[in-house]
Amino acid sequence: MARTWRAGAAGLAVLGLTLTACGGAKVGDDSAGSGGSSGKCGTFNLAVNPWVGYEADAAVVAYVAQHDLGCTVNKKDLKEEIAWQGFGTGEIDAVLENWGHDDLKKKYITGQKTAVEAGSTGNKGVIGWYVPPWLAKAHPDILDYRNLDKYADKFKTSESGGKGQLLDGDPSYVTNDAALVKNLKLDFKVVYAGSETALIQAYRKAEKDKEWVIGYFYEPQWFMSEVPLKKVALPAYKKGCDADAAKIACDYPVYDLDKIVSAKFAKSGSPAYDLVKKFHWTNDDQNTVAKYIAVDKMTPDAAAKKWVDANKDKVDAWVK
Amino acid sequence: MTVAIEKPETTGPAAPEAPAREVRKVNRTTVVAGILVAWLVLFFVLRGKQTLTLATADLTDLHRWFNDVNDSVGANRNSNPLFLYFFNEIRLVIDNLVTFVQHLISQPPPGRPLPQIGWLGVVGIAGYVSWAVGNWRVALLAVAGFTFFGLQGLWQESMDTLALTISAVFVALLFAIPLGIWAGLSDRFNGIVTPFLDFMQTMPTFVYLAPLTLIFLIGPASATIATVIYAAPPAIRITAHAIRSVPETTAEAADSLGATRRQTLQKVLLPMSKRTVVMGVNQSIMAALAMVTIAALIDAPGLGKTVVQALQSLDVGTAFNAGLAIVVMAIVLDRVTTAASTREENARRSKNRFLKWRNPLLGAGAVVAAVLIYLSHTYVWAADFPGDGTVGSHIASAADSVTNWAQDNLSGLTNAIRDVITNVLLNPFQSLLTDSPWWLVGLVLVALAVVLGGWKAGVTTAVCVGLLVGTGVWSDAMTTTASTLVATVLVMVLGIVFGVWMGRSMLVDRLVRPTLDAAQVMPPFVYLVPFLALFGATRFTAIVAAVVYAAPVAIKIIADGVRAVPEATVEAATSAGSNTRQIITKVQLPMSRSALTLATNQGLIYVLSMVVVGGLVGAGALGYDVVAGFSQGELYGKGLAAGLAIVLLGVMFDRITQAAARRTGA
Repeated sequence: MARTWRAGAAGLAVLGLTLTACGGAKVGDDSAGSGGSSGKCGTFNLAVNPWVGYEADAAVVAYVAQHDLGCTVNKKDLKEEIAWQGFGTGEIDAVLENWGHDDLKKKYITGQKTAVEAGSTGNKGVIGWYVPPWLAKAHPDILDYRNLDKYADKFKTSESGGKGQLLDGDPSYVTNDAALVKNLKLDFKVVYAGSETALIQAYRKAEKDKEWVIGYFYEPQWFMSEVPLKKVALPAYKKGCDADAAKIACDYPVYDLDKIVSAKFAKSGSPAYDLVKKFHWTNDDQNTVAKYIAVDKMTPDAAAKKWVDANKDKVDAWVK
Repeated sequence: MTVAIEKPETTGPAAPEAPAREVRKVNRTTVVAGILVAWLVLFFVLRGKQTLTLATADLTDLHRWFNDVNDSVGANRNSNPLFLYFFNEIRLVIDNLVTFVQHLISQPPPGRPLPQIGWLGVVGIAGYVSWAVGNWRVALLAVAGFTFFGLQGLWQESMDTLALTISAVFVALLFAIPLGIWAGLSDRFNGIVTPFLDFMQTMPTFVYLAPLTLIFLIGPASATIATVIYAAPPAIRITAHAIRSVPETTAEAADSLGATRRQTLQKVLLPMSKRTVVMGVNQSIMAALAMVTIAALIDAPGLGKTVVQALQSLDVGTAFNAGLAIVVMAIVLDRVTTAASTREENARRSKNRFLKWRNPLLGAGAVVAAVLIYLSHTYVWAADFPGDGTVGSHIASAADSVTNWAQDNLSGLTNAIRDVITNVLLNPFQSLLTDSPWWLVGLVLVALAVVLGGWKAGVTTAVCVGLLVGTGVWSDAMTTTASTLVATVLVMVLGIVFGVWMGRSMLVDRLVRPTLDAAQVMPPFVYLVPFLALFGATRFTAIVAAVVYAAPVAIKIIADGVRAVPEATVEAATSAGSNTRQIITKVQLPMSRSALTLATNQGLIYVLSMVVVGGLVGAGALGYDVVAGFSQGELYGKGLAAGLAIVLLGVMFDRITQAAARRTGA
């Protein structure tokens, strides 16, 4: 038995050596230049909140930070609440697209003082009630909230208890819809789809099969380039009309989407902080990159490269 | 693969009915009917009173108090000695462990562009280990499965998931096996630990995900600990069960030979329960893989992230490809551990002439594996998986076209099914539960528990009802209960149809089982996107999701039950002239009644574990509360309360059905 064992081992060793001999390129041979100049930037921890528009912001900022500033970028996929929590623990340096979130600002900026604002991204956030384009075309008067009751019957579903259904999405969205329905005395019931996926799927199917759907949606959003939803006009927003959450009877304000960074990061003198501070673009810019990612299925990095290469002037203004 | 081997003592065929018990059974059915009729009558009288409804954005004092606790933890994190000297140390140890495993197989360590062991080495290790602990068939499966990850273009993602799974299961077993042995030896400890295990298994992960990242920071430690919390309980339960099922006479014999407690444990109890303990490891791995997508929400790298990101842009194909990798990994690990648990026994039974060659062959295999590891450490072709994952993109586009076809062609039919079940079954039942006064529903539940399960179950139910009212989300809990029970009924219908079919034919079993395994480990959202197109964002979609996840367990248990009916009995019935229908309804089903009750129990618990996923696709109620609590700081307390309510529902239903199972099985 021992003999066969030895024979087998010897045979294998020979086999191993043969394989080794005809090896090929060795690991680490070509790694010389790939590390890049790590400069004085160091690591940059960037939160990525779960929607494609944010991913577009993060892709471009990360690309620029990596290639123009030589930072090591750690992208961390997190929901808003957890990302903000990370400011205090030092795990997150920046959040790039904040939608209002006065609750979080109160807790982390004025309360714990672990975060500070870093200015607008230049994107305007619009929230409201939307219908699929075919519906807006077939019944143009539906785009005024005063006519919604007329069609409430058509929006009935198995979930809406005999009233029209107003579909809401992800619970992390800023929403006053339940109060709006009540205070505008509409014959509708808010049904919580529970996720953005569920909401988009509902609109996609509604447009394709000419179904009646009205729900909560927002811009900028990649899905708008696939199905350009139409916004229903609610009573115009006036400053202070949303002061009492229970009595809201007006449209959502236009949100000036802004950037938040950790207090420590703001004082660190890192070039990445200057980049975040100066990062500024338009809804069209974001939609372009978001479309590369969501519709053309490019990786975030490839999408960012494509946009950065085509918009050198904008990028130069951020890193100057 | 998640067949509940926790309580197999109830699975065997039931003893033939004694005539005296028949009378009692009739009585029990009448009493249950009486309770239900009384409930209906009182419902029409008292409808809409004391229903304890709470609007979506409203909070109770308890919810606010939870919020305050959560906030104060966040505010004091950096000054509290408990954090500085305890939690931070745990975090460091686990972070280092995970990073070490990652550097081995998935992530490049500092100063190297690729991980220490490349694909060829990992495939070699997988094959060798599977062969050493199992047999050559599972070794082939492991090699094929791991190579498949590379062909899918998901090598690194798969290895990240594997690294996290290995670390989490390792940590889980470190605690689970000693605790399980203790619970197996001591009834008292078993009694103490069981409620905690129930809690760990039914508390929705979403509830503790945010606090975990507060305590252990964002990173591998939090993801691992979240996984450990879910993966440890099955291993503890099964280890305890294994120790308990060693025949008492054997342990006594050791005692009488003068063995010390320690010797009895080491020389008798542990070796004799080894096989079942390995099944505990198996269940632990499966539970860990079920957490892959949830852990991705707190930045755990791997396949889960691919699924979550693809679904942000509704890219079903890509999500399916990654989901398939999770399924393949689960099947490989399941088959290997199952083979490991039966290997010694099989080897002893088959007088294989290769047996004497085993040790030399093992040595030779080790050398081959070592060579492969060396190659994959050194050469790029063996380190970095060649090709660009074209198989993966083919799978993705095939999945896309199947999904599109189904969406285009089936939606008329599916809408009809949805409306019938919603209007005929779900809506009336839900309004019965939510519009009755809370005390009436509570009374009915306690009465049913007493009649079906006995006094002890009745007391547990009363406590649970009281606590449910205390959580402040009673009405939402009742809405969830309605959907849960409807889903369980559907699960049992499927369970009986497919279970009997599989139990009667080994061929069908072999064909259907991999599909069942896939349904259990495929991340729900992958199939939920097409379901959303078919059924809309409704409670029914949530029910379907729960059925897909829970039916396989019920089917497997029932199939095992039907197969356990003695062949002689079936043959006797056949020769007496019974046709197939009669054999099924008069012989096989009645005789596997305790398997049916166990299937109901497990079906219910599995359905409850999908409540949160249901909240993401239109179920509202408790599931939505939990998701909202995870996403909005102000609703955190309410989410936690809703999570507790899910635990309470789980404990209540579990105790009632278990007690009922004991009665029917006794």
